[in-house]
Amino acid sequence: MNPIPHWGIFITEPMILGSDVMIVLVSVAIVFALTKFRKWGWLWREWLTTVDHKKIGIMYLIAALLMLFRGGVDAELMRTQLALPNMTFLDAEHYDEIFTTHGTIMILFMAMPFIFAMFNIAVPLQIGARDVAYPYLNAISFWMFFLGALLLNISFVIGGSPDAGWTSYPPLSELGFSNGPGENYYLLALSISGIGSIATGINFLVTILKMRAPGMTLWRMPLFTWSVLAACILILFAFPALTVALALLLLDRALGAHFFTILHGGDPMMFINLFWIWGHPEVYIVILPAFGIFSEVISTFSKKATFGYGSMVFALMAISIVGFLTWVHHFFTMGSGADVNTFFAIATMVIAIPTGVKVFNWLFTMYRGRIRMSLPMMWAIAFIPCFAIGGATGVMLAVAPADYQYHNSYFLIAHFHQVLIGGTVFGMLAGMYYWWPKMFGFLLNERLGRWAFWFFNIGFYVCFLPQYALGFMGMTRRIYTYPSGLGWTVPNFISTIGAYLMGIGFVFMVWQIIYSIKYGERDLTGDPWDGRTLEWSLPSPAPHYNFATIPTIQGRDAWWLAKQGELSKADFLPAKDELKPIHMPKNSGRPFILSLWFFVLGLGLTFGVVPMDVIAGIGIAYCLFRRSFEYDTDYYIPVDEVIHTESALGRLQG
Amino acid sequence: MSGQHPSTAHATPSFPWQYVIGFILSLVLTVIPLWLVLDHVWKPTPLVIGILLCAVLQIFVQLFMFMHFTHGDGNGPAYQTVILSIGFFFAIIFIGASIWIMSFGYQVQ
Amino acid sequence: MTTTAHAPAENHHGAGHIHVDYPDRPVEYQTEDGALKILGFWVFLATDLILFSCLFATFIVLRSHVDGGPTGKELFDIPSFVAETFILLTSSFTGGLATFEMHRDKRNRVVGWLIVTVLLGLSFVGLEVKEFVHMAMDGATLQRSAFLSAFFTLVGTHGCHVSLGILWMTGIIIQLVRFGINPITARKVFIVNMYWHFLDVVWVFLFTVVYLMGVM
Repeated sequence: MNPIPHWGIFITEPMILGSDVMIVLVSVAIVFALTKFRKWGWLWREWLTTVDHKKIGIMYLIAALLMLFRGGVDAELMRTQLALPNMTFLDAEHYDEIFTTHGTIMILFMAMPFIFAMFNIAVPLQIGARDVAYPYLNAISFWMFFLGALLLNISFVIGGSPDAGWTSYPPLSELGFSNGPGENYYLLALSISGIGSIATGINFLVTILKMRAPGMTLWRMPLFTWSVLAACILILFAFPALTVALALLLLDRALGAHFFTILHGGDPMMFINLFWIWGHPEVYIVILPAFGIFSEVISTFSKKATFGYGSMVFALMAISIVGFLTWVHHFFTMGSGADVNTFFAIATMVIAIPTGVKVFNWLFTMYRGRIRMSLPMMWAIAFIPCFAIGGATGVMLAVAPADYQYHNSYFLIAHFHQVLIGGTVFGMLAGMYYWWPKMFGFLLNERLGRWAFWFFNIGFYVCFLPQYALGFMGMTRRIYTYPSGLGWTVPNFISTIGAYLMGIGFVFMVWQIIYSIKYGERDLTGDPWDGRTLEWSLPSPAPHYNFATIPTIQGRDAWWLAKQGELSKADFLPAKDELKPIHMPKNSGRPFILSLWFFVLGLGLTFGVVPMDVIAGIGIAYCLFRRSFEYDTDYYIPVDEVIHTESALGRLQG
Repeated sequence: MSGQHPSTAHATPSFPWQYVIGFILSLVLTVIPLWLVLDHVWKPTPLVIGILLCAVLQIFVQLFMFMHFTHGDGNGPAYQTVILSIGFFFAIIFIGASIWIMSFGYQVQ
Repeated sequence: MTTTAHAPAENHHGAGHIHVDYPDRPVEYQTEDGALKILGFWVFLATDLILFSCLFATFIVLRSHVDGGPTGKELFDIPSFVAETFILLTSSFTGGLATFEMHRDKRNRVVGWLIVTVLLGLSFVGLEVKEFVHMAMDGATLQRSAFLSAFFTLVGTHGCHVSLGILWMTGIIIQLVRFGINPITARKVFIVNMYWHFLDVVWVFLFTVVYLMGVM
């Protein structure tokens, strides 16, 4: 594919040299610390080999926050370059690399692991299950994502980052125009993590359909679980299209095929078509779980059942189906013809209806509720106006003839940041604050969290509202500098200030987490928010088997009803004579090792090193073969141990 | 240990009628389109519709005669019927819409 | 219901270390885990269906983009693809017979039918490789035109699925010989046959859309 680049690539640029030195120093520090405190065994036993959904969820969360940092640094670099006309802070090549990695990382390696963190942390606890349907596969999903993310992130220091945009349109992304390894990194990193995403979709769909506690009918499921079900449907039917688009582009680059080339009958537009068959559902994949979190948070912090539960469910399902019928609105300007554009424009506008239903339901849930302004609720409330503006500009973009004006302008940039930050990021932060005590057993400091909230929110509007204006003034996306005298200077400068404010907000968030690890208030009740759903009936953090006895569910928001005395609270506490040995999956190191082989395979394919690919292929085959012949995959926790754990938590009855 | 053996509650017939009938149907549904194409009796449009119809019937043969499509584990609905139906729906949408969307490029050779 | 733990290899007739949750169900559904895995595999097949549908969409869009090179009508050898079709249809039938015999607890017959299925699969792959080589010798390569890129990728992806299925089935035959029919091996036989029948469904569309419509 590509010859091995000269080793000089490691030292040619001061920026890259600096990153190299940083990576080496940080790696040495980590290795030193792990060795000094004798933590290698702990790392392997407790984390690298775990199949426990709660720990996998925590690892997803850490990875998502790290990637939010990396993508955020990319954003700050870009905004710095654009703050004033004719800046030379970044050159064109670096700017291209940075906007490409910013988009790729934020969507695939920040938003996706963030929603998967929430899936893992909340879903099994909400439905009364002891783990997901396939715990071993769940670990594979995480490590495939993690090593895929690593593969993309090392591109900057080894060989160069991709620079054809996060959408990677051919012919620019074909070998003739992007002949470095960067584009290969992109294709392989996304393919590897995509395998993990599809597996997660299958895993959680089956978990929700088959592993609910007795009595928890579909119509008694919490709305977050419903939103995960809808997101899983989207993942299952959207991600294979991405796999195909990436694979065909890789065939063009690696074997000289002609799917998307200009020569020999190739058609670049087919890539764009396949990419957005995945790409549009993808934005609903990352927004629907956020909708689910808002439903949980708003109902809990208003002390009311969600208004219009049934219409919420129908809205989620409608979005997950109609979301598949709108993809052409990303390329109206391709010129498919008036009939095609009209169909997809109308389908896009139709999506606004179920979304609007949801917004009104949240407002009516708050109406006459006893509202508590805790951090999760603040992020949920901030979401509503933000998403309303983003949705309205989205409908503007959906008008196909008008889109010819807005297409690829900063108006579009402002729109999708408004829905992706205002929707997904606010939602995930609300979820993080909401379930943090359940994950770690302590609460995050409220005061620092408020500083983070206000910096991030004010910064958000300061950053993105000027960009709508810039779009109307003709500024297009992906330009690395602009001349003075166009009237773009002031809005760009304001926008950059906003980006810095958001950065300060993030710093407060990190400070909040570090501070709270040391001084945070312990959550001894297991139910710090006076919650409604099943996860709050467990101690924080939950024991590794979750439920000592699986409760029988007799209503929607059953835990709330029990606290109100309408149902028996004793159903949620284990009785000594009802305990049985608990069936659990064994930990395994193979998911990690298997994913490492995929990483090696990806690296080998990126640089066209055939022996590396062959060795990695053998490694993968060996791992799969060993798994197939492994029959000893589970064990039982004896009753004595359950009694011991539950008595120590003061929960055992009888 | 009844678990070691297939349960008598699901008594299996001694001859695999279902599979044999399915096999014969699948052969017939292959021979018909082959004959239609090789014999050039029909015009192109009805011919394409005819052979696609045979292919769709083949799906049903495989799903119902061989794959136990509607059988579940007996605990709750057989969810795979819903999931695969949605899958077929989207497969048709993706293929049909792609042809429609990309038809502007029909003159490209 | 729980038998005491043995290594499966020591217990020739199967259920060592296997906790049977539902003795009244068909053998492949008798463990909770087995029931979950079968449903999960159905869901996986739905995703694979979408994968093939995207490849089909690409093929149909690009099928006329021959760039002055060879067309399907010139390249496709009717006896060869008809033979491939009948071989694969027959292997789907023999795979089904393996499931049938599994429900009657006839281990040796299951093994026998699976071996027949594997051999038919091998001959299918052999014919396909021969067809590909033949085409490449005539200058009809992946690099020649968009039509040929799409053809080789679509048919080749199916061929890779079949090849993987052959390896997988071979692994299951070994496990059947070693451990006999038990809820775990039965679930594996059931799932690999679902996969095999699914590949037959895909092939029927390759036969119709690629080959028959190609020679029309």
